Amino acid sequence: MATLNMVQAIRATLEREMERDERIILLGQDIGRNGGMFRATDGLQERFGEARVVDMPLAEGVIVGSAVGLACSGLRPIPELQFLGFGSQAFHQIEGQVARMRFRSQSRYPMPIVIRAPFGGNVRTPELHSDAHEAKYANSPGLKVVTPASAHDAKGLLTEAIRGEDPVLFCEPLRGYRLIKDAVPDEDYTLPFGRLRIARPGSDVTLVAWSAAVVVAEQAAELAEQEGISCQVVDLRTLVPLDVEGLAKAVSATGRAVVVHEAPLTAGFGAEVVATIVEHAFSALSAPVLRVTAPDAPYPFSSLERAYLPSAERSLGAIRRVMGAA
Amino acid sequence: MSILTTSTGGPTPVRILAPDGSVPDGYRPPLPDSELLAAYRLMLMSRRVDERAFNLQRQGRLGVFSPVNGQEASVIGSAFALDPTRDWVVPQYRELPAMLRQGYTLERFLLYCMGDPEGNRMPDGVNLLPIQISLAAQIPHAVGLAWGLRHQGRDSVVCVYFGDGASSEGDFHEACNLAGVRRAPVIFFLQNNRWAISTPVSKQTGADSFATRATGYGFPGELVDGNDFFAVHEATLLAVARARAGEGPTLIESRTYRMGPHNTADDPTRYVDPEELEAYRALDPVARVRSFLLEAELLSEELEHRMRAEIEEELAAAVAAAEARGAGRPEQIFDHVYADPPPRLLDQRDAITGEAQ
Ligand SMILES: Cc1ncc(C[n+]2csc(CCOP(=O)(O)OP(=O)(O)O)c2C)c(N)n1
Repeated sequence: MATLNMVQAIRATLEREMERDERIILLGQDIGRNGGMFRATDGLQERFGEARVVDMPLAEGVIVGSAVGLACSGLRPIPELQFLGFGSQAFHQIEGQVARMRFRSQSRYPMPIVIRAPFGGNVRTPELHSDAHEAKYANSPGLKVVTPASAHDAKGLLTEAIRGEDPVLFCEPLRGYRLIKDAVPDEDYTLPFGRLRIARPGSDVTLVAWSAAVVVAEQAAELAEQEGISCQVVDLRTLVPLDVEGLAKAVSATGRAVVVHEAPLTAGFGAEVVATIVEHAFSALSAPVLRVTAPDAPYPFSSLERAYLPSAERSLGAIRRVMGAA
Repeated sequence: MSILTTSTGGPTPVRILAPDGSVPDGYRPPLPDSELLAAYRLMLMSRRVDERAFNLQRQGRLGVFSPVNGQEASVIGSAFALDPTRDWVVPQYRELPAMLRQGYTLERFLLYCMGDPEGNRMPDGVNLLPIQISLAAQIPHAVGLAWGLRHQGRDSVVCVYFGDGASSEGDFHEACNLAGVRRAPVIFFLQNNRWAISTPVSKQTGADSFATRATGYGFPGELVDGNDFFAVHEATLLAVARARAGEGPTLIESRTYRMGPHNTADDPTRYVDPEELEAYRALDPVARVRSFLLEAELLSEELEHRMRAEIEEELAAAVAAAEARGAGRPEQIFDHVYADPPPRLLDQRDAITGEAQ
């Protein structure tokens, strides 16, 4: 058991899995000698060679598109998008090809591809680097969308993703790469998809979040605690598949729910969470389900991101409202 | 008449100004002396902004900044071939001097680097599109702009800048293809600075020149020594003349070298061979122009000294103005999102700006 930050856990998992399975090949921008923009692949090219850790031309479409062909050839590619925002350049390959090749080929060509991508804000990156685009991908049938919030989960979920047969978009919280640190077992383990985690027990309100927003929800729970409100924090871990039963159970236990996410409100994944709660736990609800999100404006330039992103304080406001206290 | 011929494309870059500042016998630069000095001054300004911006970034006063260092001849030589009153520049993010030449201001650029969206608002009447972060996305825009201006009977030329890295994106190919079809008055100005962050150009293309790609799109390509102000300038003049005459696009590969880090967050010691860097330092584009100007007795140490002092003042005034204005009022998140904002967005604005008070 070692204490690792998120990026160390991811790096260690990639190394371990590449040792285990030589069909794994990493593709991306600056992942070789430079070890990735955030060092998620640090030293891997030295260790496994240029044939397995490939610095690709600067073109997301061909990074993902060639992964489709590599998978058809029998390899297990792990392409990296330098930032999820630039997944848009590969979106037609991800949504139109990776996600549906199994269906198109009637399972002749499975797509054991894990697309890794840092995402999310509050690290003062230039424009278009910080967007939380997870909902666009969650609405792409055939693809699984995984959003770990701890180093421990990053290892277990990434191992599961790599060993599985379905394509996965593995969203890594940029802000948490170094900030999120926790105990990670040395031995291999997998965490099943579609099982949420209760990050903090509580009895009055259920806060639902994923990725870096789990940290915000936990901070909000601390603030609420000081006002005598007990918040349960649920980390969804994977958006597709969604743990419908776990979600209904968690919300039924408190009767109140607030969803916290970084993406804009309209058509964000929070809408899916609320709809699922309403469908499966309606009778247990004692207040409307609220969402704390970014506004329906483009991700702004860096000087504005603090005001833009959902905060613990803004979440506390919603907690008070579902408690009928504001 | 230009001393260049069209459609060379390689394998040897066209060079006029040698590293020691000498030019072929009898060569006369097409720019008047005052413009040559203005170009040199802009080079000095660019170097100084690079240094100052790094300091400000280290002090936490600026966000991410990408220096021009090493590419001054490439950016400024090309910009001086355009007529800012009718020609357009479509930038990536490493072309501040070309933007200043068009009429952008240092103060706005500093605001941009401070993370204020106003910094990307090009002043009215200035022929510039915003700074582009999504690589290559600006190239199709440039083609549409050139096509649209021609469609409306203007004689404008559009010069779009992008890197060797950006040239790998599909947007590059799609834009060049369309420009060839429409014979749009556009110059594809590819700055091959040998790096895309840590990725060397050898991993970007299997060919030994980017300029030769032009043939496949049906227009000429020029390969020039991008550290040679005159070669870059002459090649761009030729491309401007062709475009203006209705002869369509040109691809210019300006072969230069990124002498600094990719940006303030990058550590090039992880991947740049120090010997290679040293070799390129000997080809410094600014020093070459300086030697030429001194030799031609257009520049004196004293004049240079005055230029530097003025630059220092201008820069200090711009920093003071940008900082006095201050970056980032929460309502800016909501301004300029729609002409007619949805009511929900207005509610969100009220909630967030109310919170900030
Ligand atoms: C579509 C897209 N993908 C990835 C990035 C991240 N990124 C920023 S700059 C850069 C390298 C750009 O290289 P090049 O086009 O050669 O320009 P240079 O920085 O060398 O001037 C990368 C990969 C981006 N901004 N946009």
